[in-house]
Order: sequence, then C-alpha cells, then structure tokens
Amino acid sequence: MVNLTIDGKKIKVDEGTTILQAAEKNDIKIPSLCFHPLLEPYAACRVCVVEVIKKGESEIVTSCNTKVTEGIEVKTDSERAMKARELNVEMLLAQAPDAEAVQELAKDLGIKETRFEVKDPDEKCILCGLCVRACEEVVGADAISFNERGAERTVSTPFGQESEACIGCTACSFFCPTGAITVEDLLGREVIHDELHLGPSSAVRVPIRQAVPMVPFIDEEACIHFKTGECKLCEQVCEKEAVDHDMEDEEVKVEVGSVVLASGFKPFDAKRIQAYGYGRFNNVITALEFEKLVNASGPTGGKIRLANGKEPESVGIVHCVGSRDENYNEYCSRVCCMYSLKFAHLLNEKTNAQVYDFYIDMRCFGKGYEEFYHRLLEEGTKFIRGRVSEITDVAVTEKEEGKLVIRVEDTLIGAMRRIPVDMVVLSIGLEPGIDQNEIARVFNISCSQDTFFLERHPKLGPVSTFSDGIFLAGACQSPKDIPDTVAQAGAAASEALSLADKGTFELEPVTAEIDKDLCSGCQICVSLCPFTAITYNEEEGISEINDALCKGCGTCVSACPSGASQQRHYRDNQIFAEIEGIFIE
Amino acid sequence: MSNDKPKVAFYWCASCGGCEEAVVDLAEDILKVTSAVDIVFWPVALDFKRKDVEAMEDGSIAVSFINGAVRLSEQEEMVKLLRKKSGLVVAFGSCSHLGGIPGLANFWNKQTIFDYAYLKSPSTNNPDKIVPLEKSEVDGKELELPEFYDTVYSLDQVIDVDYYLPGCAPPKDLIVNAVNAILEGKLPPKGAVLSPNKSLCDECDRNESKPEKFTMTEIKRPWEVELDPEKCFLAQGVICMGPATRGGCGQRCITANMPCRGCFGPSDQVFDQGAKFLSAMASIIETNDEKQIDKLIETIVDPAGTFYRFSLPTSILRRKKMEATK
Amino acid sequence: MSNESFEPRLVGFLCNWCSYTGADLAGTSRMSYAPNLRIIRVMCSGRVDPQFVLKAFKEGADGVLISGCHPGDCHYQEGNYKALRRHRLLSKMLEQMGIEKERFRLEWVSAAEGEKFQRVCNEFTDEMKKLGPLNLNGGKKNEQ
Repeated sequence: MVNLTIDGKKIKVDEGTTILQAAEKNDIKIPSLCFHPLLEPYAACRVCVVEVIKKGESEIVTSCNTKVTEGIEVKTDSERAMKARELNVEMLLAQAPDAEAVQELAKDLGIKETRFEVKDPDEKCILCGLCVRACEEVVGADAISFNERGAERTVSTPFGQESEACIGCTACSFFCPTGAITVEDLLGREVIHDELHLGPSSAVRVPIRQAVPMVPFIDEEACIHFKTGECKLCEQVCEKEAVDHDMEDEEVKVEVGSVVLASGFKPFDAKRIQAYGYGRFNNVITALEFEKLVNASGPTGGKIRLANGKEPESVGIVHCVGSRDENYNEYCSRVCCMYSLKFAHLLNEKTNAQVYDFYIDMRCFGKGYEEFYHRLLEEGTKFIRGRVSEITDVAVTEKEEGKLVIRVEDTLIGAMRRIPVDMVVLSIGLEPGIDQNEIARVFNISCSQDTFFLERHPKLGPVSTFSDGIFLAGACQSPKDIPDTVAQAGAAASEALSLADKGTFELEPVTAEIDKDLCSGCQICVSLCPFTAITYNEEEGISEINDALCKGCGTCVSACPSGASQQRHYRDNQIFAEIEGIFIE
Repeated sequence: MSNDKPKVAFYWCASCGGCEEAVVDLAEDILKVTSAVDIVFWPVALDFKRKDVEAMEDGSIAVSFINGAVRLSEQEEMVKLLRKKSGLVVAFGSCSHLGGIPGLANFWNKQTIFDYAYLKSPSTNNPDKIVPLEKSEVDGKELELPEFYDTVYSLDQVIDVDYYLPGCAPPKDLIVNAVNAILEGKLPPKGAVLSPNKSLCDECDRNESKPEKFTMTEIKRPWEVELDPEKCFLAQGVICMGPATRGGCGQRCITANMPCRGCFGPSDQVFDQGAKFLSAMASIIETNDEKQIDKLIETIVDPAGTFYRFSLPTSILRRKKMEATK
Repeated sequence: MSNESFEPRLVGFLCNWCSYTGADLAGTSRMSYAPNLRIIRVMCSGRVDPQFVLKAFKEGADGVLISGCHPGDCHYQEGNYKALRRHRLLSKMLEQMGIEKERFRLEWVSAAEGEKFQRVCNEFTDEMKKLGPLNLNGGKKNEQ
C-alpha cells in the first residue's frame, strides 16, 4: 500500500495505481480527454496534468500515466497545475476548435479564445491517438495510425485510402473522446426503425426483450474477437467472469422417456408480398417490429415513432398478411386479428393517430375477445373490410403527398378506396419453423399438408403424435395464441408425466419380425420404416426390428424381397389362404 | 463298366445348351463323376436313343438331370418317360427350375410366335407362307412334328421333380456338391433347391456399400451409367435382382460388374420373384409425388420382362393372359 | 363379352384405419351398394404385397381394389405412399401381362367417407361389368 495526499486528503491505494485512478477512487475529479480505463494511458491530451510535491520539490506531471509513490502530495487545482492545464486546453482549442468536449473544458476553465493559430475551424480531432490504440490494442486490426509529423500530423488509414484491414467494427468511433470519427452507413438507411432489428447493436446482447432465458449471448458474426482474435473487453469488464470466448458448441446426449416438441413457428416474411412495399418503405413495418417499437423497454422507450422520429398522424393495420391467401398460406394464422386489435388499442392510447384496420373477417373467437373488438369500435378505430391490394407512395391528390397510400376494396360499401396513412403495420401470419421437416424426420412424426406437425387425432389425441412418447405443444402443431399454447403445453407435459409415472407401456401385438436365418441384410426395409424400428446389424449382416418401436404397419413385410420379414397375425400365407377362401363357391 | 455303379441320365429340353456346357466345365472333375457313375443317356454326347430308355426297367436310372423348359409335346413325352425310369429327377438350371429365358415366350402364344418367326420378322423370306405343321405330307409320306405349346412350362409343372439345381447355368461347385450328396445319399428333403436360401445380398461384396438412406431417385440401365465396381447397383440406380434372388452363385455377374438378373430364382418363402422384387423396388423410390412416381416408373422400360427374366412360367400368373380362342 | 347377367368378382384390400372403417360406416349407415367386392382387411395399404394382387387375379378376381387413407393421413405416416408407388409399377406390369389397368384400382377412402366407399364399390362394379370377365385362363384351363 502506498500513502499519499491528494488535494489535502490523505489516502491509501495499491501500489502501481496511477494518480488519476487514485483520485477517481476518492471522488476527486481530474479532467482528461485521452484517458480510457480499458486502454494503456498515453498522456497525449495533457489535460490531466497535476502538481506533485515530492520531498519538497514541485513538479507538473500527467496524472494518467504517473504512478503513485510513497508520501507524495498531489494538487489537482493548484495555481501551477491550473495554469499548465489552461495552456494545454488552449492549445487543444487551436488544434480542434470544433470539438465539443474541448469547448466545454475551455468553458469550465474560463478560456474564451485561444491565442494560438487556428488551422481549421471545423477540426474535431485532438490527435490523442485513442482511436489508434483502440484499433491496435483492442481490435488488433491496425487499420489506422498517425500520418505525417508535427503540424501536419493526422490520424488516417494508410495513404488515406479505404483500408482492407478495417473490419468495420467502429471501435475507433466508440473510443474517440471528441466525436471526430463518425460512422457512415453506406446503405443510407434512416435511423429509428433500423434499430428495431438489425441496426448497430452490441455483439454481446440479449436477443429480444422478452427472451427466455434472459441471458446475453455473443454474436460471433459481429464480435471483434472472432474476427481478429483480440479485444475480449467484455471479458475484462465482467466482474463475475462469466464471459468465455473459447466456449464451443457441444452435443449433449440426454436419455429421456418422452419428448415434448415445442419448436415454435417462423413469422411470415413480409417481403414476399412485394405490393405491400415492406423493405422499400421505411414506415411499413411488421407486427413484430411494431411490438418492439411499442415496448416500454424498446429502442424508443415505447414511443411510437415514424422513421423520421415524428409521431404518426394516421396508421393502417393490415390483417391476414401471408394468411388466408392461396398464393402464400391458405390457413388462418389465428393470432393476427387479436394482436392487430391490441395494436389499434395501443395506438389509440399512446398517440392521437387515426387508426385504420383492414380485415377480411374479424376472428374474435376467445373469451373476452369479441368484447375487446367492440371496445375498439367505440374507441374510434376505423374498420375497413377488404383485402389490401397495394401500398404505394405515389400520390394522386395533394392530401396523399408524402404519405403511404393503402389501396383497398371496401367490400362493405363496394368501392375501391385510397387511404393515405403515415405508417402501415403488417399483421404477418405464422408459418411452420424453418427446420420443421428435419425435426419431423428426427422424431419420426409426420407433418400435415401445411407442414405443421400432425397430431395423432384432431379431437382425441391433440397433443400426442403417432410416435409414442413424442408430444406436441404450441405453434409447431398449428398457429395458436398464448392461452391455447399454455393449455396444450400443460396437457403435453402431463401426458409425458403419466407415461413416466406408469413406467410401462403397451406394445402393438401386430408387429413385424425378421427371420434371421432368411434375412440377407439387403436393407430394403431399413429406410422404409416410418418409425425407425429397423436397424441393420452390420456384425451379423442382418436387419433387426425393435419390437418397442414397431407399430405393425407391415410395409417392410410386403417390401421384403426374400420373405424374411413377416407380420404377426397377417403372415403372407394367412392372407394367401384368405384370398383362396374368398373364391370358394 | 461295372453294373453296380449308379446309372445317370442327362437330358435337355428347351434350352440353349449352356447347362450341357456346365457339365463339361467340370473339367477333370467330370472324370470323377464318370468313374463313380454309369451314364446311360446323354443325347448331347452319347448316341443313345429313346428306344434304349424305353427298354430300361422303371426306376432303374438312379438320377436324371434334366435341363431346359418344356415347350414341345416331344419334351413332355421324354421327361415323363425319364420320370418313370428314374429314382430321382433333378431340374438342372434355370429353365427347368423356373422356366428360364425360353419362358419369356409366355408373353405371347403359339400363333403370335409363329406369325412373327415364320412370316413377319424382317429377316424372314417365306413367300409361300410355310409354317411348321404337326402333320404334313411330303412325296406321299406323312411327316410328324411335335406339338408346339402356347405356354412354356417349368419341369415341375409337367412331372414330379425331386431337387432343383438353380442357375443359368448352375455353377460348378453346386453341381459337384449335388452329385456328391446323391452319391453319398445325404439328401435334403424332397423339393429342395440345392443352394443357400438367403438372397444374394448376403454374400455380395457390395452389400456394405449401401447408404444409410437406401432409396432410388432415378433408374438407369447398365449401359447408361459408368458402373462403380464397389458400390451396390441399386444404390447406383441400376436394377439388380440380388435382394430377391437366392445366393449360391458365387456372385458371378457382380464380380463382372453386372447387376444380378435373378437366374437363381426366389427364396423358399417367396411365391413370386418378380412381384416381390417389384414391391421392394417400388418401395424405395424416393418420392411421394404422383407425377414424379409416374415419371420414374416410365424409365423402367419393361418391368415384367426385367423382373420375370427367368421366372415367368413359375410366377403366380405364369403367362400373359390368353385371348379366348375360337 | 359384357352382358347384363355378369356379376364381376372383386377383391378389396382395405386398410384397417381408414377404408375398412369407412366400409363399416357405409354398412352401419345402411347404405346399399354392389355386393361384388369381397374385402380382405390389412393393417395398412402399405401391407398389400403385389403377390396378393396377382394371387387374387389368379384365383379368379375380375378386379382388385386397394384402398387406404388419404395421402398425408396414413395411420402409419407413409404406408399409403408405398402402396401408391407399388400400385403404379404393378399396374404397368399387369398391362404387360394382358390385364387392363382398370381392373387394378387404388382409392383413398377415409373412415368418415362411407359414402365414398359406396360410390367406389358401385363404380368399380359397373366398370367391371362393362369390361366383362377377366378370363385369365382364356377358356383353356389346361394351359394355365
């Protein structure tokens, strides 16, 4: 431990601490620009200068890179220190007169103008090199450095050319204390809605606000470490030491008696309906994006905003996007009507916007749903029955200028209408998960024609499948809302539990068997079995049937080219005898 | 020649002569056979006549090996005669066992075959439209020819058969084994086929090359594709009857990089080799789409001829439907 | 060949879960339909071995029907698709054997379609009446 005094306060700090750190720990503020706790101090800006009295001798030092020594006395605001700091800030003001951080420092120190020559009144860079060090020390990309010397010094990429070494991580901009480095999105997208899904976000993040489990993950695509092997700043700052960049995906084998499949759905891709302009118009957003926008912990704090940051004056909500449409999905996605009504309600509550709701049929099937619809009618939402044909920004009348025009056939009045709005919310439907067929194959269950998982019986077995011990819950079986999902999940869990509780289950009596003295191991049957009950035993060169998995369909029996596979109670010779019997007159 | 050696007869019906070759192919082993037995009748090699056989006592021939299918009245008479004179009758080779290649004639009948062979075929020059007649007169003398049947029969459809030696032609080791078994009296139950009952895949070197998901996405004929000499033919999209054909042939075709055509016939549990193979093959077609199924099946040019190449007369239907005759 | 008094003999292989139950429904619903179809119950249309079909024709059937669950509804997931593939290939082979493809029919009848079963039975019987007896033996018993 080292004892020292800062501004008359006696303090004790660890050996190796810098004066700046020691002061900060004791709530004594020393201004600085080029210091960053995650980077090695460099003492470039020289704003952090202090007076140090050591054995009676006074000295001006930069506090960021001077380590404490026993018995020193530090004065952060002595006349001598202040004078040195003022001079330094004046020089910075000449170098970067446009930098806000410098201007503020000057203001604090009472400096009105600099006595030195100003080369460029728009300059913001103070040449502290924090960005260079960030690029080198943290990112490991070495894409930028100082160019030239003395008065000509600048920070740039080699020869000012577009750098191949730059990975576009924007760390330089992040570390820059004066805002001299900005990031330009070459795609030229507008701001607010971009943040809804893919805009600049941290490589370490929680996927969505309501994520379960609520834990952050590292996006390998975006993480600097996975590009350059450096950085690992998150590992440094995490006090719980929870960050581990070397973790790898691992395959875990778990032996279970039953499985509840709850693999969910995939939202309909609104881009597929080109006439609705999703992806072309910034203010055409999907239901999920609206949900994020309206969320109190969302990017706008729950404020409903257009891409330009203004509040919409009118909003159109389009139902059945990708549902009840033979071009996309013929089925009804069930949840869209009600969430659309919820959106309309939230819009009425949070904004003064006029809400238009474009629907084919209002499907308010649940408890309290119809009442909610009536409430919306009273709230003044305008409901228009008809499928929207197009959303366009081509204005025909003055009223439509700068707006999105929704073209729709209003089937209640029997006329084509053009309704100008500021924002359109597309109520996208639910589609089967991307790997639905793969999952079905792995678990040996089937999909109905719309590729949702097929339940054993629509009424009598709505949570079980044709594979014993595999149960279904939620939107992987068909689009359903939260109450239905919870109910089905509960049923699936209890079905699984009752199996586990019993500990036994009944086998099918009509199963197939393979005579191992006849089987040649041709393996025709192996790939035919829909229940993967047949495996090829390489050692013995024959195929074998697992009695517990065989359901007794007999398809392997009729396919077996050597007659080795036979179905109990439906043997070939039994059926032959039956055929002969039929023709006895 | 000593008289206590067992007497043996060889006879051929509708066949190509390959089975006779198979006997000759025993090479030096044939000497062992001839030293152990007394060959009393063998039209292809020895000059015995029908009357010589008729003169023998009933049951005096220990064993008759008969190859070829039965398609003429003469063949029927001869095999019936040999049956009467023999203790054992062995159907020798695919034709007598299953009907064989001559059995493919069951897709037609006598009339259509005669029409084509003697009148319509492009290489026929028959201005007088002469077709074989059972009875004809030449120079005032009546000539007789055997009757040509509408249908080709396997041997066991005409006479009682004790054992079958499968193959087109039967391989040497199976013949030697069979002869030894007869000489030593170590015979299996009557009606047995003297080769293993497991199908060819069991002994096929390529069996382990089958992919995990064993399906067919296309069907090719052997000349349409450069055949991989290590890989299962079916996995290459080429029809191979191996799964539906009993083994014991020593995979002769397979080692010559040709798929099995089914000459050994089905295993004992199978009633109809062609139908069984059809079922197996259709099952592993990799599509559920009706149109694609049809498209794929279109590429199987001649299913009946392919699946019944050797076994049409012994299939369940035995032949193409006969049109009603007047 | 066709005449009014000819009653075709038809064999139907019906799957246990859909078509057999559908036939049962037709019965319990007192639907009347042609009595020509003789039914053999199998667990799944995928169990129908082509050998059975040949055997039925051989024994004297004038027509053979395989009936299973609708595509995608198979109790055993895909058995009916296997029946479909076999039916297509076997039809082609039967034609080579001189048996008209109309005589070998594949239908999808669900457990709820008693009416469809009735229609299929009547249609099939009528068609076979028009087509006449198969006469596989061509009137020559000894040739077979």
